[in-house]
Amino acid sequence: MSLLEKLDAAAAARKAQLPEGVGAFGIPIEESYSATEARIGERRVLMLGTNNYLGLSFAPECREAAHRAIDQEGTGTTGSRMANGNYYGHRALEHEFAEFYNCRECVVFTTGYQANLGTISGLVGPGDVVLIDGDSHASIYDGCVLSGADILRFRHNDPADLEKRLRRLGERSRNTLVIVEGIYSMLGDQAPLAEIVAIKKAYQSILLLDEAHSLGVLGETGQGLVEKTGVNDDVDFITGTFSKSLCGIGGFCVSNHSQLDQLRYVSHPYIFTASPSPATIASTRAALKLLREGRLLREQLWQNARHLYSSLEKTGYRLGPHPGPIVAVLLDSARQALALWNGLMEHDIYVNLVLPPAAPEGKSLVRCSINAAHTTEQIDKVCDVFSKLYSTVA
Amino acid sequence: MSEVTQEQITELLCQRLAYFTETRMEVFPETNLITHLAIDSVKLLNLVMEIEDQFDISVPLNTLVDVLTVQDLADLIYKIKLSSQ
Repeated sequence: MSLLEKLDAAAAARKAQLPEGVGAFGIPIEESYSATEARIGERRVLMLGTNNYLGLSFAPECREAAHRAIDQEGTGTTGSRMANGNYYGHRALEHEFAEFYNCRECVVFTTGYQANLGTISGLVGPGDVVLIDGDSHASIYDGCVLSGADILRFRHNDPADLEKRLRRLGERSRNTLVIVEGIYSMLGDQAPLAEIVAIKKAYQSILLLDEAHSLGVLGETGQGLVEKTGVNDDVDFITGTFSKSLCGIGGFCVSNHSQLDQLRYVSHPYIFTASPSPATIASTRAALKLLREGRLLREQLWQNARHLYSSLEKTGYRLGPHPGPIVAVLLDSARQALALWNGLMEHDIYVNLVLPPAAPEGKSLVRCSINAAHTTEQIDKVCDVFSKLYSTVA
Repeated sequence: MSEVTQEQITELLCQRLAYFTETRMEVFPETNLITHLAIDSVKLLNLVMEIEDQFDISVPLNTLVDVLTVQDLADLIYKIKLSSQ
């Protein structure tokens, strides 16, 4: 089979799963009106499928900072941090993230994907081991592949399974990087971090925690699961993204290990790419300030999340295990999930459709994500529509 | 499982892999995991975890790149099992 024929075969399989004309994936957003509403085609829809957890995408402070940065520094850096792309803003943001986490070091990457790719491939190499949660994000898998280390998985959120696999490694557990996530993007569940920390300490491994979906969402000041669990001193490296709660694009890694700085000289995803644009850095700095002061936003977010979760649960939907900003509705088949997704769109509600193998354990999901800017009326409407549509999937 | 033979591993894999197919098709050593069994990547990764527990070994995912058939997988497991003893 030729290269192009292979792509044709993959396209045919995709179309068999999702008929032509159904625009669940890559749906065109024509206009964004606010943190909660947009136009899709001719419909003004309620956006319940973004990662805009604190609702900051239109925050005046962030927009003004971005405008100012463009006027003062131009639209792009046109180069790597290693060359001509190392601006004051990049260094200031690194300092602010390090200070936020009370860590010695921070490295900023151009995307969240590259933060995992660059951190993992910089920390481990051939002969080392990465032991990752089975439901890890693709950026974690890809970082592991890029590293050349031996890649092992443990069963999702199962500390006993993690321990069994570390024990099996013997002395190699000391050269093992364990990787977990604060909140898992598909089901919205949280890692059992206290137990995982105890195990990694017992086996003298290194722990990396990805707070992509939990930054701004968990913890008193929004640091994430590390703060909620109270284990800041025991997590070796924390990565995260600017593209969710911070409404920009980019990523970071913070650590109290001074060796993190060495990644700037060995990590290809850090070196061989242009640095984030001045506007991105400026809006992210402004958003980080709002996030740190955002206790009320977090309270509103969680109130909205609990409201939706409890309502859908009462209606009878099967949901992910924990209430939170990601509320995943579990369906038995792709056909059911597609029917529900279409039904919601007909009522002007956009959510994410997730089909196997992207969803864990072969499930199909209708994934809702809630933000702090959703009003009670908007969440009530979503609950009503889900209730009306229940008979179509029951 | 310390004295397991290569043939026993192959036989066990054939039995286990049959459950991964919708029609419970018969699986042979030369059966291709992807083209014949149509095992998607997630199922294959989960199968690897089962194998690790069954034989008390670690099977790095990066060692699977050359695995096409059931026999290839059995050979890999046997090699790892042998080197871990």
